[in-house]
Amino acid sequence: MAEAEKKKKKIPKKTHEMPEQDPLERIKNFGEVALGYDFETAKAEAERCLQCERKEGKELCIDGCPVEIDIPKFIKCISEERLDDAVEILKDKNDLPAICGRVCPQEQQCQKYCTLGKGKGRDPVAIGRLERFVADYDMEKGYSAPEYITSLSKKVAIVGSGPAGLTAAGDLAKLGYDVTIYEALHGSGGVLRYGIPEFRLPKAILDKEVGYIKKLGVKLETDVVIGKTILVDELLEEFDAVFIGTGAGAPMFMRIPGENLNGIYSANEFLTRINLMKAYKFPEYDTPIKVGEKVAIIGGGNVTMDSARCALRLGAKESTVVYRRSEEEMPARREEVEHAKEEGVVFKLLTNPVRYLGEDGNVKQMECIEMKLGEPDASGRRRPIPIEGSEFLMDVDTVVVAIGNTPNPLVPSTTEGLETTKRGTIVVNEDGKASIDGVYAGGDITTGAATVISAMGAGKRAARAIDEYLKAK
Amino acid sequence: MYEIVEKENLADNVKLFGIDAPLVAKKAKPGNFVVLRVDEHGERIPVTITDFDAKKGTVTIVVQEVGKTTKKLGLLTEGDALLNFAGPLGHPSEIKNYGHVVCIGGGVGIALIYPEVRAFKEAGNTVTSIIGARTEDLLIFEEKISKYSDKFYITTDDGSKGRKGFVSDVLKELMDGEEKIDLVMVVGPVIMMKIIAELTKPYGIKTVASLNPIMVDGTGMCGGCRVIVGGEAKFACVDGPEFDAHLVDFDNLMARNRRFLDEERMALEG
Repeated sequence: MAEAEKKKKKIPKKTHEMPEQDPLERIKNFGEVALGYDFETAKAEAERCLQCERKEGKELCIDGCPVEIDIPKFIKCISEERLDDAVEILKDKNDLPAICGRVCPQEQQCQKYCTLGKGKGRDPVAIGRLERFVADYDMEKGYSAPEYITSLSKKVAIVGSGPAGLTAAGDLAKLGYDVTIYEALHGSGGVLRYGIPEFRLPKAILDKEVGYIKKLGVKLETDVVIGKTILVDELLEEFDAVFIGTGAGAPMFMRIPGENLNGIYSANEFLTRINLMKAYKFPEYDTPIKVGEKVAIIGGGNVTMDSARCALRLGAKESTVVYRRSEEEMPARREEVEHAKEEGVVFKLLTNPVRYLGEDGNVKQMECIEMKLGEPDASGRRRPIPIEGSEFLMDVDTVVVAIGNTPNPLVPSTTEGLETTKRGTIVVNEDGKASIDGVYAGGDITTGAATVISAMGAGKRAARAIDEYLKAK
Repeated sequence: MYEIVEKENLADNVKLFGIDAPLVAKKAKPGNFVVLRVDEHGERIPVTITDFDAKKGTVTIVVQEVGKTTKKLGLLTEGDALLNFAGPLGHPSEIKNYGHVVCIGGGVGIALIYPEVRAFKEAGNTVTSIIGARTEDLLIFEEKISKYSDKFYITTDDGSKGRKGFVSDVLKELMDGEEKIDLVMVVGPVIMMKIIAELTKPYGIKTVASLNPIMVDGTGMCGGCRVIVGGEAKFACVDGPEFDAHLVDFDNLMARNRRFLDEERMALEG
């Protein structure tokens, strides 16, 4: 007995690996790269959890989760083989766990605070992988969710069906409100639909997660461009409150010579064609995409990695990430940088394009300049400085500009009295309340481009605030 | 789904559709466009709004069959439906009393200039309209446009109806004539808009063109439709689609519109 207990307490230092598609195989398809834990592995990984108790002043995994999932509790359920209970605990806080388990940067959130991971040579518990395992189990079962029925007469409009809007909608529906989401595109999910590729987040999974939100009683109206088709003022006549979650979807360009040559895409255009329009299945699908042999992707974030990996899958011979700082400053998830490297993406660091050269209107070459790192700037990262006289030419036939996005101005520019910052973000208080009574906002439209999970956290807080506002009204 | 409530063959390969889209009809103004998708495998294409009836809840579009999507659209008939129809998008035309406005429409652009002709007339302008097509068979909307025009000219490349020649020939004569022109508004093939812009520039006549770049979303999130105006990149879907024609880099627009020529051909043949 004592022997057995001892054995049980011996915790593996390393996390259980998740099976993945072989790099050489997976660059030929858009199928999911990470294949997920099976039950045995999930249970073994769950058993690594120390089940820390919450104490004043001590930060635990839960504190790193923007939607406040009771992490130790759902993990305990896995190790005790009570998967339905695990589902219930997850879904109490998070309506989109199959998505979060896949795309959250856990290393900067929940897993960063894991006590086990703080030990020397020890990995934190793979919380994201376990979340994904439980969510996928629930999905395969066809969802264990109870059907909610709208019990309150009050109506809430949600503008945008990205992670912020979906989360706010789900939470409000569970509280009994009559919720309608308005989406400008024909497909729901925002960046989850048009931005993140199939190989990281299969759209069939997104469809199921959105289906779950609808099951909670939420109505979804696509093809409605708020600010054009309907104004926010008009929504306020029909609804008791409005939540704006329109994201940061306006692409930035560098405004350097030659940027309008053919073959140069914004990452948003490149990824929208591929993900939303399924151009990787052209001509079965009607939307075309053109990728040459030498593709350069400008930037260092997740969008850069997604674009670089898509280019390879579309047949590019060389897919090169061109980034003006060094690898250390790259904002992309570690895991995605590793995946990109395994697949053969080349990294040209401390390099910045200065102009594009074309022929017959098509991009042929890119003039770059080498950079060195100076003192840290406002973002805390070391500022890149061009090295004079270091210009060189790079042959390219396709360029994807992935240097970031700014808030979509459609709603702010058409809503009188809606206060915005110089950067175009909507001004809100900590509850997400905007400058107009009854109007709330959250996600990238209030913060600028950030993460899926922080948008979900904002949706959650706004839903709570809307509930309080409507109860007091 | 957006039901087709009216269909009319205007000319060879040019078709008019009335679409049941009450929300779009309620907000539509001259110069706006919609982005539509025919079916689940379809692409999103921008189409200028030709007419709208807020009471009936319908929006009229005119489409020339030039590729797979427009041909697919052409096969649909009354009672069929489009899967997606989002709008109205883009800035509406700046309609006010300028004085004397010359409206020029070429090819399918004739249908697209119609709401402007009407709106300029209703705003108190003296309106001269010039419409042009390759041959008589391709002339559309003659009655509609002439009804709202003080002067009305037709040109055909082959002389089968109206004057033989181009819309630019008529404009040149008007500019050299007695009457002062306060604004020229042009919708048509890029090359035609370029020629008109080059023609009016030395005369210093304000000229507005409605640009037709390739679009994907139509809401400002991709920049696929970017055009160079006054040396700066603008997104036609949100900053336009109408711009000061004297500032537009038409050569760049023409090159960008050829981006997917091979793929478009392949889609059509496939």
